[in-house]
Amino acid sequence: MANPTNFISPLLQVQDLHVAYLSRAGHKSSALAGLSFEVRPGETLGILGESGSGKSTLAAALLRLLPGNGQIERGVVLFEGQDLLQAERRTLQRIRGARISVIFQEPSLALHPMIRIGEQIKDVLAAHESSGGSVMRQKTLQLLAEVFPADAARIAESYPHQLSGGQQQRVLIAQAIACGPSLVVADEPTASLDPSTQQEILSLFRKLREQLHLSLILITHNPALLAGMADRVLVMYAGKAAEIGTAEKVLASPQHPYTRALLQSMPSRVEMHAQRRKSPLAVIPGETPNLEVPATGCRFEPRCPDRMEMCTKREPVVVNVSESHSVSCFKYGE
Amino acid sequence: MRYFLRRLLQAAFLLIGVSILTFLFSALAPGNYFDEMRLNPQISPETIAALRAQYQLDRPVPVRYMRWANSLLHGELGYSFAYNSPVAPLLWVRARNTLLLALVASLIAWTLALPLGIWSAATLGRLPDRALSGITAALLVIPDLVLALGLLIIAVRTGWFPTGGMLSVGFESLSPLQKLRDLALHMALPVIALALSALPTLVRHVRAAIAEVLSAPFLRVAASHGIPRRTLLYRYALRAAANPLISLFGLSLGALLSGSLVIEVVMSWPGLGPLLLEAILARDLYVVIGGVLCSTVFLVAGNFLADVLLYLADPRIRTQAAAR
Amino acid sequence: MGLRYENTERLLIVENLRKFYARRGVLGAKKEVIALQGVSFSIRPQSTVALVGESGSGKSTLAFCLACMERPTSGRIIFQGDEITAFDEKQQRAVRPRIQLVFQDPARSLNLRFSALELVSEPLLVQGRLGKREREDRARALLAQVGLPPEKALRRAEEFSGGQRQRVAIARALALEPKLLILDEALSALDCSVQAQIANLLLELQSSLGLTYLFITHDFAMAGHLADEIAVMERGNIVELGAADRVLLEPQHEVTRRLIAATPRLGPAAHLPQVV
Repeated sequence: MANPTNFISPLLQVQDLHVAYLSRAGHKSSALAGLSFEVRPGETLGILGESGSGKSTLAAALLRLLPGNGQIERGVVLFEGQDLLQAERRTLQRIRGARISVIFQEPSLALHPMIRIGEQIKDVLAAHESSGGSVMRQKTLQLLAEVFPADAARIAESYPHQLSGGQQQRVLIAQAIACGPSLVVADEPTASLDPSTQQEILSLFRKLREQLHLSLILITHNPALLAGMADRVLVMYAGKAAEIGTAEKVLASPQHPYTRALLQSMPSRVEMHAQRRKSPLAVIPGETPNLEVPATGCRFEPRCPDRMEMCTKREPVVVNVSESHSVSCFKYGE
Repeated sequence: MRYFLRRLLQAAFLLIGVSILTFLFSALAPGNYFDEMRLNPQISPETIAALRAQYQLDRPVPVRYMRWANSLLHGELGYSFAYNSPVAPLLWVRARNTLLLALVASLIAWTLALPLGIWSAATLGRLPDRALSGITAALLVIPDLVLALGLLIIAVRTGWFPTGGMLSVGFESLSPLQKLRDLALHMALPVIALALSALPTLVRHVRAAIAEVLSAPFLRVAASHGIPRRTLLYRYALRAAANPLISLFGLSLGALLSGSLVIEVVMSWPGLGPLLLEAILARDLYVVIGGVLCSTVFLVAGNFLADVLLYLADPRIRTQAAAR
Repeated sequence: MGLRYENTERLLIVENLRKFYARRGVLGAKKEVIALQGVSFSIRPQSTVALVGESGSGKSTLAFCLACMERPTSGRIIFQGDEITAFDEKQQRAVRPRIQLVFQDPARSLNLRFSALELVSEPLLVQGRLGKREREDRARALLAQVGLPPEKALRRAEEFSGGQRQRVAIARALALEPKLLILDEALSALDCSVQAQIANLLLELQSSLGLTYLFITHDFAMAGHLADEIAVMERGNIVELGAADRVLLEPQHEVTRRLIAATPRLGPAAHLPQVV
């Protein structure tokens, strides 16, 4: 379990992570091009990224669960002192689900269609503990009661296809916390859910992280979800970190042109007051970059309103704009 | 429950249809049992005519079918001209023998196919998978006949196995244990031949079904929970692949039964195969129909069994069935 | 809540629409599922009405009834002055090109193995009025109108991003020159910045082609941005209906208030959640 008063050593440190995918035709597509960040014990890091940013690749790469054509080319992932990318299979298996849990996208596909919910939770427990049958059953019901205050026993006997999207997501959360991990990574946990269900799931996360002193990585493409949830926010673009800082700084006064443009393109209540309804939103022109072509300079440059000549020549380096806020952009220094 | 009743009804219709078709084809095929007799100068034409009248072969086909169907409902399957006995007892004995062979061969084939198929799927594209694919391809190409003959040659050369039949001559006088051993030795070669002929298809299907499941999201999610590889393969992957595999099981039983015909004939196993073959050649009408009907019953039973297993195995089917 | 419009200047008038489904319960007893319980509203030409509600509220059922893909159990739909609920099959088929649907997930509503050009030409092919050359020209023009780069026209849809696919879906819906476009959660599956792009496209098309939109969503922020009027649905009923500004600033019904509160958005102090 994490020691919440220790702010010096981070729980997770990702350094210069490079991940690529090999297509069947032999083309290499760069998904992560040198990502570095850290997560401190007890903190919630929001990772803001759209399609093509590499966020889901990151979630899979942390536990080395990339699909067959994915390769981790370079980098270090330090967790509780060990480099997960170099760890042995057995060590990795002991960490997966027990020290670090990842909740992947699409809850409707994440559960085995033919095994009861209770069994599937018990399987997670059984993978890491060797208690007797009745102890496991007790724990399973307790876990389900954490996420389903009312219906735990009935849900335990149900099959995944009998549950709604929100209920399936809760089951995945129960599985994630089953063995008391110190870090939970949630990839788009509220996508495809109704707004009220979304709020329920986020409240559940808030409740659990406080109860269990969890560190949380929340991955989403919607900045609004991170408001009020994340302590710090990391903005990803084309496999690299564009900007990282406290939620307050990144969401209220973003420095990277991409973050600025992204936040400006969202309709907000404020606009309605100002009678700007039905006028065009400030969009980011163009499309996400083709990751099969190697980068020569900043990946955001073609779409950047503040682009300069040097942006095509070299990749930008990380600049600290304040104590707890850094940006990868030539606007702020070289 | 309605689900099963519907299935049973479908099966009944199938059987009726098959019986009609078989009857029709056999009756319409040129020649009949008595043509053979006519070649025998010792039997007078009057006797033949009398026999024909006795067996009512001069009546129109639909009438004969109705009479046969009627007697079927009384448990009577007609009369065999060649063996000069009712068809039913003849059929039961042979059917039992074939079933014994097919079931044991099925068991062995599946017990081998599952781990081999899973291993293949788990090492997809790599050496173990390629090697197994090569071996199954080779087995697939070899005709059952050649397989059976090859095994017979082994039997003859080594003398370890009897070269035909089901039981040895002095069977009755053996002790129970010796009886079992005797039966096993006689069964060994036909079972091996049958199992080997069925194995390649099974392995390929298991491999395909498991490979597809291995790329499913829920398997990666289970892996992310630290669930060990063994459990992932045998409990999670296999269960998810159960659907296509159980259906295959039903079909394979049927296929095995029809495949056993050649092997039974070559290895002189007293099953439905040799009986049917002789009956067809001798135009022994009711035996042919009875035999074909028997095979169809096995096929249908196999599929019905698969339906039951599928219902028990897949909760989604249960929900769907209840919703109708 | 019903507002009756005697005024035939409305493009679409829906009166007391009801839709029941018969389902068998687990024990074989007949159960009725009531998807629409008497829905009434109308849409002015070249305006946008947003239909907001959660899953199970009946919004998709309403969309299907309006697009003539489902027959309502009772009630009337009056489109361009014609009572299409009283039409027979043949007449309905003639109306369908004028009301088109765009769905949420282009990966499921489009056959991804076809090229963009083929997908957009298909409705023209089925209609059978244009020759091959004319179909292709029209399809290319449509793709240009929705902002798909011309070099992508022959690429297969499986190579496209979510936003590009949705553009193709919109172009396809425009092929038969509809008057009413029903967008069923058409933006919900897209990334935020892409939603903005497609929203702009929709606004532009509305003014250049004179389209009328029924925008179905559960995202109040986007509804507020795109719509002139907002209708809020819950369990088969419209519980609130009015001008967009009014509904957002002075919500009357409890469901509306709840949905507005639940919509995640960045407020002025962006790092804090909005509390209503």
